[in-house]
Amino acid sequence: MAMVNIKIEGVPYQVEAGITILEAAKRCGYEIPTLCAFNNGECSRASCRVCLVEATGARGLVASCVYPVAEGMEIKISSPKAVAARRASVELILSNHNRNCQECDKNEKCELLHVARVTGAREGIYEGEQTPVTIDRLTPTITRDTSKCVLCGRCVERCKAAHGIGILGFENRGFKTVVAPAENRSFINSPCIMCGQCINVCPTGALMEASEIDRVDAAMAAGKYVIVQTAPAVRAALGEEFGMKIGTPVTGKMVAALRRLGFQKVFDTNFAADLTIMEEATELLTRVKTGGVLPMITSCSPGWINFAEYFYPDQLSHLSTCKSPHEMFGAILKSFYAEKIGVDPKDMFVVSIMPCSCKKYEKGRPEMECNGLRDVDAVLTTRELGRMIKRAGIRFDRLPDEDYDNDIVHDYTGAGVIFGVTGGVMEAALRTAYYVLTGKEREGIIFKEVRGFEQIREAEFDLAGIKVKVAVTSGMKGAKILLDQIREGKSPYTFIEVMGCPGGCINGGGQPYVREAFLPNEDADIMETYKQKRANALYSEDERQTLRQSHNNPQIKALYDEFLGEPNSHKAHELLHTHYNPNRQRFDD
Amino acid sequence: MARLSEAAVKQIKEICDRYKDENTPLMMILSDVQNEYGYIPLEVQEVVSEKTGIPVAEIYGVVTFYSFFSLKPKGKYVIGCCLGTACYVKGAQQIVDKFSEILGIKPGETTEDGLFTLDALRCIGACSIAPAVSINGRVFPKMTLDSVVKIVDDYRAGVYA
Repeated sequence: MAMVNIKIEGVPYQVEAGITILEAAKRCGYEIPTLCAFNNGECSRASCRVCLVEATGARGLVASCVYPVAEGMEIKISSPKAVAARRASVELILSNHNRNCQECDKNEKCELLHVARVTGAREGIYEGEQTPVTIDRLTPTITRDTSKCVLCGRCVERCKAAHGIGILGFENRGFKTVVAPAENRSFINSPCIMCGQCINVCPTGALMEASEIDRVDAAMAAGKYVIVQTAPAVRAALGEEFGMKIGTPVTGKMVAALRRLGFQKVFDTNFAADLTIMEEATELLTRVKTGGVLPMITSCSPGWINFAEYFYPDQLSHLSTCKSPHEMFGAILKSFYAEKIGVDPKDMFVVSIMPCSCKKYEKGRPEMECNGLRDVDAVLTTRELGRMIKRAGIRFDRLPDEDYDNDIVHDYTGAGVIFGVTGGVMEAALRTAYYVLTGKEREGIIFKEVRGFEQIREAEFDLAGIKVKVAVTSGMKGAKILLDQIREGKSPYTFIEVMGCPGGCINGGGQPYVREAFLPNEDADIMETYKQKRANALYSEDERQTLRQSHNNPQIKALYDEFLGEPNSHKAHELLHTHYNPNRQRFDD
Repeated sequence: MARLSEAAVKQIKEICDRYKDENTPLMMILSDVQNEYGYIPLEVQEVVSEKTGIPVAEIYGVVTFYSFFSLKPKGKYVIGCCLGTACYVKGAQQIVDKFSEILGIKPGETTEDGLFTLDALRCIGACSIAPAVSINGRVFPKMTLDSVVKIVDDYRAGVYA
């Protein structure tokens, strides 16, 4: 690897040739303030001009996020000229920013506020035109506020990189430029899959989840029987909202906090993940045995469902008809459970805590109901739960560890836990399919072959003479490859798992923001390792469970014995299965 | 949203195919579509997106960035008034204003009968004959307020049809 000699503030260093000044400085222990640059070059348009430094051999100041180092270069980060320029850049951005910071939900993690502090930007230095406040609130998932947008382009890049869709782009020119779906439409009238990845990368409050905290407050105030359930990936990340290291599992404290927030019952969506596996594995085996449509594809991720409906309406028969676990749980709570505890399901209010912003949309789909009642009434993201806990004055770190309510829908297995990471649904299904077909548990339990973060992972298993070839992907770029194979009739697979967000739910659009600037106690490579660390939190919880296969969950068995009959029964179909819409218009008017 | 006819889709795909070996074909495709149809609506951008793999939002961004591209249909006759430096000092603004007054439209707009679109242009390179106006490629030199009236009358009468 070719190296070059550079100096930063007069101190000599050797760094790789060809890397940017920003990257070189980082390796030498500096954090140059930036706004548009993100995640080691995922976005670096040099549009914000916040990372300006002096460098020999360059005319004037250079944007360190794009300017490469060269032999003999002397870099000055803290020269008076560079310091003044960075401050001016931030002041210019602030002059056209809606500075209602105290009411902005981003403010604790706002990078504009951060660089403003770091550069010492002053208030009111530049007075000028202001981009009008226009807010897209039409989707139940994402809000977009033009008056907060700094035109960094991160969301544009993330949407393209993760999904290849590119819903967002720069429109018009000069002062009128906006970042928006084509024609400055609402997300609701564009083929946005509502995954929320754009929210995760936005440096300001321009892109945010549509908060439902008020709805939960109202339900509690109205005296509803408010039940909460938590998805697996939430426990792997909620601690980050309270300064804990990434990958710290906080299941016990989370349950304790939810109880203190006033939820009458606290359950784990994992129970329903086990139920999903029973339904989905049965559906798969039926398709295999009866010559049904294969490959079958998982249906837990609502962002992925949106993608399939918008772009592959001709292939929807490949999707499993299973509702996602939290919807199944809602349906069971408002039928079986309501009857058991003698509560009118009309008085119930089911809240799902999800790592996902798209679940907010999913819960409103017309199919997600039973007996005229919504399966789930409100969805809060991991971040929103963090805000509620802070609002209540709860010292999260000082909470005791508590267990979910010990009720008839309490138990869960390790298979349910790993649903939160890419490959997890596949592995959970394989654990059960293996048992059903071979009559015994797989030795060593796990299916390591489907774990990891590569775009597409494939493996082949021999299950009692039946060859099952599987593929796992997350992010729609990989899904597109697998679906194109299906469309061309060339798919070699029996079963495919697709999750909308890269890495799965642990990296969902409702998870805590991961920013080096706000994580002073993490390692320098945290942007590359955070997904693995969150995944490890789930895999370690799986290992701690005595029961690790869904079919061994005693309460799931009881649920079938007492209520549902058997997997894929008529009743199960009524409550736990759904259908898809092949008629969605990409650009609806 | 309005749907394109099959023939139109076919033709747009053909235009895309012309540049399939180019590294960055978008500008050329859009340019041809603009020339062929006079505008590039979202439906067309969708077809181009499907053929090239470039996101619709990105195509829309290019269409709205360059003033040569148009999202709305242009009139049969596109009156391009040069507002470059030479034309401007020779009174081009009054020429634009006169067209505006006669046609009842602002620059960038099209008359209701679809006959005329009025555009204000940057320098078209005809400084020696300033102020100049270019209509569908035909250049009219040394414009005066009177010649504006005559030109509009002539086009309406089909003199240049």
